[in-house]
Amino acid sequence: MTFAPSLAPRLLTATAIMALGLAACDSGNNDAAEAPATPDAAVADATPDTPIEEATQSTETTLTIVSWGGAYTKAQIEGFHKPFSERTGIIIQSDDYDGNIAPIKAQVESGNVVWDAVDVETAEAVRLCDEGLTVPVDHSSLPPAPDGTPALKDFLPGTLFECAVPISVWSNVFAFDASKYPETAPSTLDDFFDLETYPGKRGLRKIPKFNLEFALMADGVATDKVYEVLSTPQGVDRAFAKLDTIKDEVIWWEAGAQPPQLLADGEVVMTSAFNGRIFNAQIAEKQPFEIIWDRQIWDLDLWVMPKGGKNLDAAMDFVSFATSTEGLAGQASWIAYGPSRKSTLELVGAHAEYPDVDMKSHMPTTPERLANGLQNDYEFWADYNDELEQRFNAWLAQ
Amino acid sequence: MTAADAAPYDTPPPELKRQLQRANRLARWKALGLVAPLLVFLIVTFIVPILSMLTRSVYSPAFGEVLPHLSEAVQNWDGDGIPDEAVFAILVTDMMAARSQRTIGQAATRLNYEVPGTRSLVMRSARRVARLDAPYSESLPALDPRWGEREIWAAIKRVSEPVTPTFYLSALDRAQTADGSIVLNAEEQRLYVQLFWRTLWVSALVMVLCLALGFPIAYLMAHMSSARANLLMILVLLPFWTSLLVRTTSWIALLQTQGVLNDLMVWAGLVSDDGRIQLIYNQIGTVVAMTHILLPFTVLPLYAVMRGIPPSLTRAALSLGATPATAFMRVYLPLTAPGIGAGAVLVFILAVGYYITPALVGGRTGQLISNLIAFHMQESLNWGLAAALGALLLAGVLALYWLYDRLVGIDKMRLG
Repeated sequence: MTFAPSLAPRLLTATAIMALGLAACDSGNNDAAEAPATPDAAVADATPDTPIEEATQSTETTLTIVSWGGAYTKAQIEGFHKPFSERTGIIIQSDDYDGNIAPIKAQVESGNVVWDAVDVETAEAVRLCDEGLTVPVDHSSLPPAPDGTPALKDFLPGTLFECAVPISVWSNVFAFDASKYPETAPSTLDDFFDLETYPGKRGLRKIPKFNLEFALMADGVATDKVYEVLSTPQGVDRAFAKLDTIKDEVIWWEAGAQPPQLLADGEVVMTSAFNGRIFNAQIAEKQPFEIIWDRQIWDLDLWVMPKGGKNLDAAMDFVSFATSTEGLAGQASWIAYGPSRKSTLELVGAHAEYPDVDMKSHMPTTPERLANGLQNDYEFWADYNDELEQRFNAWLAQ
Repeated sequence: MTAADAAPYDTPPPELKRQLQRANRLARWKALGLVAPLLVFLIVTFIVPILSMLTRSVYSPAFGEVLPHLSEAVQNWDGDGIPDEAVFAILVTDMMAARSQRTIGQAATRLNYEVPGTRSLVMRSARRVARLDAPYSESLPALDPRWGEREIWAAIKRVSEPVTPTFYLSALDRAQTADGSIVLNAEEQRLYVQLFWRTLWVSALVMVLCLALGFPIAYLMAHMSSARANLLMILVLLPFWTSLLVRTTSWIALLQTQGVLNDLMVWAGLVSDDGRIQLIYNQIGTVVAMTHILLPFTVLPLYAVMRGIPPSLTRAALSLGATPATAFMRVYLPLTAPGIGAGAVLVFILAVGYYITPALVGGRTGQLISNLIAFHMQESLNWGLAAALGALLLAGVLALYWLYDRLVGIDKMRLG
């Protein structure tokens, strides 16, 4: 309830800070950060000569790991958190967010950092690093592949960033309810913009990112020319003009859990979505959804660690584990996001709960899907996001 | 007391006077002590945040802090043409220092608020500047021609000042040009003025709807037996006690195109199955959900006022020959004015600040200004602009409050 209207944002921050303050109380004493219970490859720098009194007196370390919620966080809890806690005795508290990096800025600026590691998209990873809000990472310290290949060579090329460690490749795709199309189902990106052949509401994420690219590609721009066109004012106009053609039929979503819900409710006939969420609806909820992989836009999720975190060493241990070959294999057996390491790709097999589901066939990283897709240009978005957001919001309001 | 008995009646002795003063002082301190917790609470949770918001809306020192030498040097530039080589050289050394400190992003973001699109200019240049050769007044414009434009340098000079009108100008869809004049933004970038008007319009509409729906309910409750009135009251209060989020999401279930209401209309044959009406994710959704949520805020003060109106007054009017309509219009309705005023002001002011409900059910056309404030707080991280928008909203509410006081009188307001 917003009792003092103009104070809404302030109250929001105040509430956020109070909530974070409570979270901070939970994590309590963190003196034991450097002394995990069991020695392990990932925590090699644990001091073996810690005096016994100290080890028994200090409480256990708690890490707050923040991710996107829903089926995705579940995959991370099963794949990363549980095995990491078992090995090190470090307790992990999982927190959800919706991709807004404002809390990181607020925490770093107020000196009260309660998020130890956060799962972000590339543009945000670059921006946070540029503004000095996250700590740089020494990638050579990351664990090598089981066959000894150093980490720097094992990660997919071009995925290592100054302040971030890549987790997985996920994709923006379109999905539809196959039961609604018994005869000719939509199969291309153009079909999404074709209101005549496929009438009905569309779902799109309420940000300019990805939508402008989709619009240009549907308007006939080749995938390798998209960002070139989009960095000109005419290109931006062209993208908005294409979006204008479906503007009245769009329902805008904000959280990743919404698109499968909108489809299941019959509120939209087609929607953009994160491929893993649709995968989860297909497998776990047995929904008759299908994915249009045509001209998918793929991006990375990465771990970043806010500057000034109280458990930086333990957080780094967690990130090392969660991006090791076996750690990544853990997540990849729960959700269809392509692991960032080559050595994990070979380990991807069946779903952890549904052994008859072959995860590989659901990944956005199969060769033909990658060849036909577009990689999100994080530098473009780090540079142009603010002005395109303004234009996008003005366009929405008109 | 004994001293007082001995003294003349009209001139108390100095000692008694002192005692009285001491007793009074003590009482004052005790009273202050009782009020102090509330006072401290108000200052900490209300006054300080408002002041900090007002400060943030005009004070933005990031650029000068990140590029200190450039900010100093550019002050001496007269504003004609572009600065000389010395300023360019300082720009280069400052950029390299800021890049190694990882603070260049803050300066770039600040400049971007002033001239949209310059974030990329600063960030790209900072990434490549170490490889450039002097003279920088040639190599920088060669890297990006915008370094050779007077407009950019005028903007740099403006952002070097810690106090800025930029955020208020942006909040009014305006910007400063190189020669300092204020112009309206390009049409496709204009947003906030329109949203302010929409917020006022939606709030006024919700207020009128709440009064129209709330008045009969309150009247009914005030004129029936208290057992029945209590039952109705529960019906009013039960949704009032239910969480805002729960109520808003229930409206989604009711109003969506595959929802209860549309299903009913299709079943009744009012609309065809293909012609279902879009009742949510637009302004209709916002108005309906907000009216429902704010309804108790008109019913409760109206009911309280109506309970206090003696029925004999209307009966007197009737016995003196007034028709029921006249008696209602000229006797009853004016007496309910304090309740109407209180309900209207409460609903309007609450509606102006709503953002959760419009965010969930408003779709594209049902967004209000507070949604944009939340957006700049949470996503774009442009807290200066969020503060300026908030300050304008606060000023608007205060102005309306003043107007209400002048027209109706705030002492006429009764909350029950």
